[in-house]
Amino acid sequence: MPEGSGLSRRDFIKLAALGTGALSFLPGCAPSRSREWIFLSDTDAALLGVVADRIIPPDSWPGGKENGAVRFIDTQLAGPYRRFRSDYRSGLDAMTAACSGKYGRKFESLAPQEQDSFLRAMESGALREGGWTGVSSGKFFAMLRDHVMQAYYGSPRHGGNPGYASYKMLGIDYPPLIGQNRYRL
Amino acid sequence: MKNRHVNALVVGAGAGGGVIASVLSNAGLSVVLFERGGWVSFDDHDNDELLSQRTTVLGNAFGPDDERYRRVVINEDGSTEIVYPSDGAYNNVAACVGSGTVSYGAMAWRFMAEDFTMKTTYGRVEGSTLDDWPITYADLEHCYERAEWEIGVAGDSSLNPFAAPRKKQYPMPPFAYNKEATLLESAMKRLGLHPFPIPMLRNSVPYSGRPACIRRRTCCGFACPINAKCGTHNTVIPAALSTGNCELRTNCIVSALTIDGSGKITGVEYFNGENGKEEQTADIIVIAASATETPRLLLNSTSKHFPSGVGNRFDWVGRNLQGHAYTGAFGLFEEDIFDDVGPGATLAISDFSHHNPGITGGGILANEFTRLPYLFSNIRPPRARLWGEEHKEFQRKYFRRNIQVVGPVQEMPFFDSRVQVDPAVRDSWGIPVVRLSGHRHGRDAEGCEFLSGKAEMILKEAGAFRTWRHVPGGGLSGGQHQAGTCRMGNDPRSSVTDRFGRVHDTPNVFIADASLHVTNGGFNPALTIMALGYWVGEHIASEWERGNRFS
Repeated sequence: MPEGSGLSRRDFIKLAALGTGALSFLPGCAPSRSREWIFLSDTDAALLGVVADRIIPPDSWPGGKENGAVRFIDTQLAGPYRRFRSDYRSGLDAMTAACSGKYGRKFESLAPQEQDSFLRAMESGALREGGWTGVSSGKFFAMLRDHVMQAYYGSPRHGGNPGYASYKMLGIDYPPLIGQNRYRL
Repeated sequence: MKNRHVNALVVGAGAGGGVIASVLSNAGLSVVLFERGGWVSFDDHDNDELLSQRTTVLGNAFGPDDERYRRVVINEDGSTEIVYPSDGAYNNVAACVGSGTVSYGAMAWRFMAEDFTMKTTYGRVEGSTLDDWPITYADLEHCYERAEWEIGVAGDSSLNPFAAPRKKQYPMPPFAYNKEATLLESAMKRLGLHPFPIPMLRNSVPYSGRPACIRRRTCCGFACPINAKCGTHNTVIPAALSTGNCELRTNCIVSALTIDGSGKITGVEYFNGENGKEEQTADIIVIAASATETPRLLLNSTSKHFPSGVGNRFDWVGRNLQGHAYTGAFGLFEEDIFDDVGPGATLAISDFSHHNPGITGGGILANEFTRLPYLFSNIRPPRARLWGEEHKEFQRKYFRRNIQVVGPVQEMPFFDSRVQVDPAVRDSWGIPVVRLSGHRHGRDAEGCEFLSGKAEMILKEAGAFRTWRHVPGGGLSGGQHQAGTCRMGNDPRSSVTDRFGRVHDTPNVFIADASLHVTNGGFNPALTIMALGYWVGEHIASEWERGNRFS
């Protein structure tokens, strides 16, 4: 947030939630300006969507992508997570380079088992390819994993979990009804 | 325009500051109460787990904010980093009227007699500044009672055979156990332990014109939508304001004490809500800004009389920073035990608070506050997958089938765990920020090992088919239970204030928050901070009544 803009964080998040219009002037956007995302490029978003579906795979309940992980991450990168922008930029680039070096293909076109073993290598920090100069692969994976969980299990107002889908999955009511806070399974 | 001189100014409208503002204004003193934040309510931040005071990943619901505040942490490898209030390493306390008492879990513990005489009870602990308080439980007993009745506590101490003696029962009956507590209660009794309902600063029945609790899951970390949680913001601070003697100045950042040419502390300088610099003079200055911000203010107040900060002649300001080593165990169950009766924590035992073989101190154990969905996504047994199908299935299966039993282990004060001010980094007002360094004393790990073992035993007895323990690391402690940085004592060479919270070497500067704690008990500290507010406030008021003007 610009210094001295007089905008409180809360107002800022409200603005961020309203849509991209008010924020599209922000610097640091990817080279190819997306019409759908504030910070991310369409390429970034496609990659993150596939990663989100490995972190929380779809089954009878939505996967990470369907439940708004990319919208959440993009929204937060224009808000409180501005400080993670450079980690995302260099982390996504390193992932793409590593995947290309290791498999000669994009992450999205790997088989799910290959994607998982790639992500496990990232998680353990054992991934050699990709030149992780800006952020370590272990740190970037932990960040991705954490942000996908926040999107999936947090409040819809931040861009993920539309309609509190995960609350329904867990069998807890939303909104909690004052005075009759019960849920019948 | 110059501010009108007042009898007393209080820095910080939290647990201690709110109480002392009420005591002084009711005694007829004119008071200005400063708060760096503003009034907040449930409408500002409602059920948002990611933006609460418990899970702060997207910020602290009730402040401070990441834009204007920062601190410096010195890591154990000697590296330094700048941290922001939403980082755990910042060791944040809420910035709003009422501070943590707006959004706390509201456990209302009295310390036990032993908690005031740790050195006498257990002897010297190598490498620790463990000591007795200069006051005893008996000294503070009536102050606990005032806190319980004026702010409001629900409980029944007759079920806790280890509770310190009291003259008067709680004003409200205890809360009923939720489902997991009922399961734990019978298990604990089979083990020969003594479970009882946790005393809570929360209305179990209508009290003081506010309604009874409706048992929401979003309580700990959140403001109460119906005002059933009792903090200083809805009890003693309104009482102070209604005397007509107290003015509350919100969104004001106190930067330093003002010191005249003779070395007398005359008041404070501060930034008002529009960031304009102002001064407020007072006969008496009370600092109740938390165990990190209180020492910061003293250390940022220097003059030729106080070259290293007010009260810091013997280098004790900011020392002995401690919190609680939170430890316990998780258990998984085959059957659904989640009845969604908030805030979750309802039952405790005090069997392991003291006199455990080989352990200095100990702690209570209680069932934990409701683990909300994102928080629960980080709770997994050792070696379990942290993502993927297995993680999602675990979330689905065990969100409603887990119990956490947890407690605060009394930490051994450590001289080199400390608050300093950073020589370079400043906040957005240009004030040098808190610099944190140090680590826990090695003995704390023994207490954690002991208490988490008991928690695991209880969960097994309650029928958990899988259990695992969690113990904290040895790093710097503080957190929301931060304490100890301006300890009270009889010897000015090894303490910062006297037994009434008056800063040595000054006649008129007092401290009224957890900075005073010599040791931090094996209990959540809120009620003790409130009791100290009464203790220090009653002393000032009675001296004032006798004609003492503290000059």
